[in-house]
Amino acid sequence: MSKKIWSWLALVFGILYFGLPLLGTLEFSLKMRRGVYSLDAYAAVLNDPQFRATFSYSVIMALFTIVLGVIIVVPTAYWVQLKYRRLRPFIEFITLLPLVIPPIVVVFGYIRLYNTSSWLPLTGSAMGTNILLMFGYATLSLPYMYRAVDTGLRAIDVRTLTEAAESLGANWLTIMTRVIMPNVLVAILSGAFLTFAIVIGEFVMAALLNRPAFGPYLQIMGANRAYEPAALAVIAFAITWACMGLIQLVTRFQKFSRVAR
Amino acid sequence: MAFLDLSNLQKFYGTNHVVKDFSIGIEKGEFISFLGPSGCGKTTTLRMVAGFEVPDQGAISIDGQDVVRLKPNQRNIGMVFQAYALFPNMTVAQNVGFGLKIAGKPKDQIAERVTEMLALVGLKDFGARYPFQLSGGQQQRVALARALAPSPQVLLLDEPLSALDAKIRVSLREEIRNIQRDLGITTIYVTHDQEEALSMSDRIVVMHDGIAEQIGEPFEIYNKPASRFVAEFVGTLNLIDATVEDSSTGRVKVAGQHLELGRSLEAVNGATVSLALRPETVRLGRIADGDQTLTGLVEEVSFLGSVVRIKVALGGNHIVLDTFNRTISKPPSIGDQIEVSFPSESVMI
Ligand SMILES: Nc1ncnc2c1ncn2[C@@H]1O[C@H](COP(=O)(O)OP(=O)(O)O)[C@@H](O)[C@H]1O
Ligand SMILES: [Mg+2]
Repeated sequence: MSKKIWSWLALVFGILYFGLPLLGTLEFSLKMRRGVYSLDAYAAVLNDPQFRATFSYSVIMALFTIVLGVIIVVPTAYWVQLKYRRLRPFIEFITLLPLVIPPIVVVFGYIRLYNTSSWLPLTGSAMGTNILLMFGYATLSLPYMYRAVDTGLRAIDVRTLTEAAESLGANWLTIMTRVIMPNVLVAILSGAFLTFAIVIGEFVMAALLNRPAFGPYLQIMGANRAYEPAALAVIAFAITWACMGLIQLVTRFQKFSRVAR
Repeated sequence: MAFLDLSNLQKFYGTNHVVKDFSIGIEKGEFISFLGPSGCGKTTTLRMVAGFEVPDQGAISIDGQDVVRLKPNQRNIGMVFQAYALFPNMTVAQNVGFGLKIAGKPKDQIAERVTEMLALVGLKDFGARYPFQLSGGQQQRVALARALAPSPQVLLLDEPLSALDAKIRVSLREEIRNIQRDLGITTIYVTHDQEEALSMSDRIVVMHDGIAEQIGEPFEIYNKPASRFVAEFVGTLNLIDATVEDSSTGRVKVAGQHLELGRSLEAVNGATVSLALRPETVRLGRIADGDQTLTGLVEEVSFLGSVVRIKVALGGNHIVLDTFNRTISKPPSIGDQIEVSFPSESVMI
């Protein structure tokens, strides 16, 4: 009996802890017009050309980062699983480094290595800097992407599936795209979603590389306005939940799910 | 040269010498089993044929072509795995058609071949299902159809029935053998189950510690084992310690009783040898003239349905014998003193 009370208490505490600030933010974001609730703050944000520009910039960056991450992580995790199991601790250590090394260190490293007087002056052009930023983002999301994909790969018999496909005449690319990727799609998507969330909110790298991303925009708004930042926070939160919902949908409609329905 | 020729194959994993000088020539259409205990190198040898492992020494040729340098996807070999290894994201039909699709065959041709293959393995109406919707036996049939669809030159099966229950194992092994015979496809079948090997194969390779101990037809392997290992591994064997009394005439002593083996022995007088007897060659009582007879005490009686297995103690030795369960005669009970007999030719030394 007392056990039950404690679990209810924990639940209520959790809801209050996570829900109240959210509720407060939501309520505040609706109070731009004096005396009544309105969507004025949202209208102001959505009509701000700066919002549109920075948000679409970050979305595009996120998509490219996801593609880059998938191209790097999936084959790596696959090879580690298939042939180089002994390397696993080493690779895992490397993928964890971005959690230990602060982004500001990474970005200063980039600036030193790729400045205009270096052998590869990436920071000399907007496109070059975008590419640099994309690499930075890919690094930041590496721990999440790798872990998600690795877990997905462990759930299937990578080695036997690979050999079965090979004996049927498939080459490496075919095995990757037709056999491995479809079977870890959900894992890749959850890694992609985390990457998306990280890129949309990232501030340090974008600010120091001076790119017009959403993170710096959030910061400027937060410092200068009252209601708009609350509206932005709610929007960001909604996007996050939409992503999660999408993952659920994909999992649900995957016809070959091994769990009997 | 044989159709599929393995000569002097060797494989090391580090310092572990897993396959030692393995050779066999396999004729077109032959069904060969690799039989041996777990860890004796069966899978490794098979994987060298498939191209998943590179031999450290030796040659493999198929239809006169040296394949050692070819990658697995260039060898035109069909493979069936113990774990089925169906692609979970594809339907049964897509699984079976995978090899043909890779080969760039036109769609209608693929569809036709898939239908034909599914009919062959008795799963005509299962094309639209996903692997997770099939039983283990059905999945393995699909795996067989998938391996056969591109018409490979050689079919390799690595313990394909080990994960299935006994009933399905027996029916599926007959089915596999029938399909193999119909298609006339050269096949290597890896198993640690002697019954499977004996019932399915044209020839059996009994493997032990990376060596082919004996290669021969099932009858030969069972009745004329080339070594003690083969005799023990294939079938049940009674081992009896005996002392040689006269090696020129083959007179030996077992638990104070004399046996005349009727042939000269290699061992010297006074040496201890061990005699080996198959349970089915030993009979209850004294039946034919000239049979050798021993007297002992019944120690265990197990009723196996059509057969009754009786364990008889002879001094420190035991003899197990099988007798048909005849409704008229009751089997002996534990503690009874009985006579057992066997022809002297059936004694292996
Ligand atoms: N990839 C590998 N690396 C190291 N040792 C291996 C490997 N594969 C098999 N072995 C070893 O080689 C021996 C033979 O294995 P295997 O061919 O699988 O035997 P079987 O199939 O007859 O059970 C075993 O001792 C096993 O531990
Ligand atoms: Mg094996």
